[in-house]
Amino acid sequence: MTDSRLHVDWTACDGRGMCVELLPELLAADDWGYPVPLDGRREPVVPAHLVGPARRAVNQCPMLALRLLGRPAN
Amino acid sequence: MSVSVDTSTRPGVTAPAGRNRLLGSGASDLASHDRRHGALPRFGSGGRLIGEVADAGLTGRGGAGFPTHRKMAEVAAGRDVVVVANAAEGEPASAKDRTLLAYAPHLVLDGLQLAAEAVAARHVHIYLRRSATAGVRAALAERHAARWDRLPVVVHTAPDTFVSGEESAVVAAVSGRRAVPADRLRRVSEVGVNGAPTLVQNVETLAHLGLIARHGPAWFRRQGTADEPGTFLATVGGAVASPGVYEAPYGIRLADAIALAGGPAAPLRAVLVGGFHGGWVPAAPDLPVSRAGLAAYGATPGAGVMIALDTATCGLAEAARIVGYLAAQSAGQCGPCVNGLPRLAETLAALARPRCDSRLAVEVERLATVVTGRGACRHPDSTGRLARSTLRAFAEDVTAHLSGRCVARRAR
Amino acid sequence: MVDALWYLARGTGVVSLALLTVVVVLGVGTRAARPVFGLPRFAVGLVHRNAALMAVALLTIHVVSLLFDPYAQLRLVDVVVPFDAAYRPLWVGLGTLGCELLVALVATSLVRHRLGRRTWRAVHWLAYAAWPVAWLHALGTGTDRGETWLRTVAGICAAAVVAAVAWRAGNGRVFADRRPAPVAAEGIHYGGNR
Repeated sequence: MTDSRLHVDWTACDGRGMCVELLPELLAADDWGYPVPLDGRREPVVPAHLVGPARRAVNQCPMLALRLLGRPAN
Repeated sequence: MSVSVDTSTRPGVTAPAGRNRLLGSGASDLASHDRRHGALPRFGSGGRLIGEVADAGLTGRGGAGFPTHRKMAEVAAGRDVVVVANAAEGEPASAKDRTLLAYAPHLVLDGLQLAAEAVAARHVHIYLRRSATAGVRAALAERHAARWDRLPVVVHTAPDTFVSGEESAVVAAVSGRRAVPADRLRRVSEVGVNGAPTLVQNVETLAHLGLIARHGPAWFRRQGTADEPGTFLATVGGAVASPGVYEAPYGIRLADAIALAGGPAAPLRAVLVGGFHGGWVPAAPDLPVSRAGLAAYGATPGAGVMIALDTATCGLAEAARIVGYLAAQSAGQCGPCVNGLPRLAETLAALARPRCDSRLAVEVERLATVVTGRGACRHPDSTGRLARSTLRAFAEDVTAHLSGRCVARRAR
Repeated sequence: MVDALWYLARGTGVVSLALLTVVVVLGVGTRAARPVFGLPRFAVGLVHRNAALMAVALLTIHVVSLLFDPYAQLRLVDVVVPFDAAYRPLWVGLGTLGCELLVALVATSLVRHRLGRRTWRAVHWLAYAAWPVAWLHALGTGTDRGETWLRTVAGICAAAVVAAVAWRAGNGRVFADRRPAPVAAEGIHYGGNR
């Protein structure tokens, strides 16, 4: 497993907060419950050892707003 | 070394001299346009026109300033390519696109046909405001009758919203959906209108393309700077004598740009460059209006909007009003934008009041960070950037407001 | 043996109703965007799904045991064609309908990533139809109709679902609504400067 990146479809995200609970190393919640990438990127990098929890987060999101994409740009 | 094969040379057709290239052409009917500029040149799809555009150094005039030849080359690799001329002009302070369409529609439509030919497009669209539709339809009818156009152009009406001109919103609207930004997994040059590779170009960019195709890259580079060649259309407004749309070369001194609009109507404090998604610069007369010149202030020429602020107007209040407008113009799709921008507007409005809290400035910075990079489009990012630029440009005002005074009020 | 089937059918039926009630309440609960009944948000979603899958398993036993129970007079065709059974056709028909709705809900949810958000959510609205159908079926079918204990259980389930739906129809949101808050474009004045 290599590093991946997490893509948030902001038009679908409703700030339900499950992803923030499942990926506390990568995401925090803003004032309104929407996820904030802790690394400051638009698509936070998911290191190899967190790909499992990230997949769970993608699976759990009730709005289907998350996607796990391939290798990060840099 | 590229030389444009000008199959249209006829007596009387000379390359526009001076800075009024687009606005000096004044040919709203096809016959005058033909006399002034000559027939539509042919380049085929072998990349020759893209090469000319690359040599000319043409960049997008819609605000982002992306090198046009790169956008064209990316899309040319695809099949069933679509080209869209974007004249949505969602920015209320901008009037250049509708002015250009009224004044020289055939230059724009020429550029559209040339771009379509260069990328071997199958479908061509123009996306514009309701007020400009009649004129453009008339121009298209003329061209159809004279068999001037190679591909038919489909006309789409853009809603009067700020975000309607955003690239993915344009693609959505032309595809028949609501004109709001969409989640982007793939670039528009790969998947755009109805899933096809799409080239979206601002109408001013296309007009310049229409002239480059006739007069070559060397001519284009006679105006502007080496790094930022050519002219651009500036909508100059605010505290100026004759607000309006004027043409200027990149690198023009700020004072000269203001002078085009009749000069300042009152002593100036600052100028908002790049429109509502731009940044504030001090009213320094020698400041060059170019990417290089404005970079120090975190601003870019954008789509050419310049709003002059006089010394008697409170910059914080003005900025709060603008951010309030931008907040209301959110497409309403993304949480951070829908929630964050109104809060940002309220906070700036509170800063614009006397005896405000010192923590408000910190809160503005925090909110600007919170909304950045967390939405389907850059509307929240650019609004946050404007808020930050406001704090930097009017730091003196913030200090004054904290103790109940206002710099602007004193200047009256 | 026949008695055993009778108890199995009734037991799995009632427990399924209770599970489906949990499913609906927690499904509504995901909108709260905060822990519900002490469950963290991701657990609300997980229990919602697992309870639904458990309900499907129990309902399979419920239907199979009834197929083998001679007193139920349930034919195989009644499992798919509603309102045509020999015994209490209306109430049994509701059960058939409820099962089919549940199968649609669960099947689409299992492949939701492939279906796409719009389609999946559109079908998922059927949950608001499936639960009342199941509830009515529970009250009207079977030999326990009219029994106090059944009515009590059904009453509690109904109260829970009504409360959840009322909450959702009203506020239904902890944080600010998604509609942009209207902010006047004009009107920011400061001491007559403008």
